[in-house]
Amino acid sequence: MKILVPVKRVLDYNVKPRVKADGTGVDLANVKMSMNPFDEIGVEEAIRLKEKGVATEIVAVSVGPAKAQETLRTALAMGADRAILVQTDDEVEPLALAKIFKAIADAEQPGLVILGKQAIDGDNNQTGQMLAALTGWAQGTFASAVNVEGDHVSVTREVDGGLETVKLKLPAIVTTDLRLNEPRYASLPNIMKAKSKPLDTKSPADYGVDTAPRVKTVKVSEPPVRSAGVKVADVDELVAKLKAMGVHS
Amino acid sequence: MKTLVWVEHDGSAVKDATLAAVTAASKLGEVHLLVAGEGVDGVAKAASQIAGVGKVHVADNAAFAHNLPENIAPLVAELMGHHDAFVAPATTTGKNIAPRVAALLDVMQISEILSVEGPNTFTRPIYAGNAIATVESSDPKLVLTVRGTAFEKAAPTGGSGAIEAVGAGGDAGLSSFVGAEIAKQDRPELTSAKIIVSGGRALGSSEKYQEVIVPLADKLGAALGASRAAVDAGYVPNDYQVGQTGKIVAPEVYFAIGISGAIQHLAGMKDSKTIVAINKDEDAPIFQVADFGLVADLFNAVPELAGKI
Repeated sequence: MKILVPVKRVLDYNVKPRVKADGTGVDLANVKMSMNPFDEIGVEEAIRLKEKGVATEIVAVSVGPAKAQETLRTALAMGADRAILVQTDDEVEPLALAKIFKAIADAEQPGLVILGKQAIDGDNNQTGQMLAALTGWAQGTFASAVNVEGDHVSVTREVDGGLETVKLKLPAIVTTDLRLNEPRYASLPNIMKAKSKPLDTKSPADYGVDTAPRVKTVKVSEPPVRSAGVKVADVDELVAKLKAMGVHS
Repeated sequence: MKTLVWVEHDGSAVKDATLAAVTAASKLGEVHLLVAGEGVDGVAKAASQIAGVGKVHVADNAAFAHNLPENIAPLVAELMGHHDAFVAPATTTGKNIAPRVAALLDVMQISEILSVEGPNTFTRPIYAGNAIATVESSDPKLVLTVRGTAFEKAAPTGGSGAIEAVGAGGDAGLSSFVGAEIAKQDRPELTSAKIIVSGGRALGSSEKYQEVIVPLADKLGAALGASRAAVDAGYVPNDYQVGQTGKIVAPEVYFAIGISGAIQHLAGMKDSKTIVAINKDEDAPIFQVADFGLVADLFNAVPELAGKI
């Protein structure tokens, strides 16, 4: 079984986003960029399925600028077998992304597509579900456990209030949640080896997908700032403050 | 504009998140509801009483019993033939279904809206709430998910919507429900609680969480929460987690106990009316957002607080 793992290059998780003064977006000049953490979990899950003998090949794919090659090389260093870069400098919305992945799925015929549940820049949480709609496949979103059993996959999902397990017919779409696994670090020899793994470069037009945005960003602003209140000296003062607000047992 | 709101329910009662979605939808136009499930007469009746509701579409079918998106999305897409906007609460169920509907309709979804600025203009958080985007849709139909804490809840009674059965849809044969482990609690739900008591990694163990956090929550009739660090360390189950990757909450009073205040945690609770922080590290970032901060050893301060409040 082949597994397709889409990965996105985003502002690194540890970097605090700064809104640009002109309100057009978040400043991405000269800041550290990394693979979207949820996608990293997706790559790791695919590798584990390959190590278990369930998967035979892992294809990493990214839609983004030339520099997204670095993100794909990271996936290859972790253990993906080959990569496809769909190169574009435009911002591509989840719906158009799903259309590109659908075209790639048609060509590659994977048994599973494993995506991050959301990218930590746009926080849309849409692409996997949209891809499932376009392919007509089942979806197991927000996964915390994935088990392939014959021609089905059982996915345990993190839902409000607890966990839920669904059984899906393969091929299927899985989106990852944080507790699915802890992604490995690529070793130096594997980073070197990744440099010679195949990486194809395509364009959205190669897949016949129009990436013109449907949603226009009018402006981006800072969230309202919450200011610090007072420090209380001890529990008694805190109790008094709370009681004054009507908070008591 | 005619909107179709997804009613989130547990088989017997309408969940609160639905009421916020109704408020958001009412800013766009006429509010119709969709109740899908098996044996949902009671839910449909309750839903029809939500203030301001026009029509309640009821799809009663075993295939809809567990909110499987493979079965629900085609049903919604069909109903969207005569509605202009699909509005779902941004719960794990809403987030699972809405994008599948959007792709079937070939429209871009707008996720987790915070406000309605115009007939097709909304604000929404990006970068874990570190920026707020104002966005405008150019699609012929809208698909929205609604952040529950950003809208007032519609009154659950006072309305008189007409109930109408929907015959469409069935089992797509792609997926089946195996089981669920939903924690049963005698406490308010995190996302609708008036008071939340949350504990962090400083507690050090599951036993200490029970010993220190639970009595204060019991005393105040509060919901229990936790930081991601406490969840990852295994002190409490993952559905306790408050934060960007957990639950987004906005209670009247939020107690952050032994929580340092990482960006990802703040993103989940910074809209609380009053924030109380107890932490022994006076430089902890949580104090920058706390209305009342107490620099103290939580193992002494919290039991004392529980005793005196």
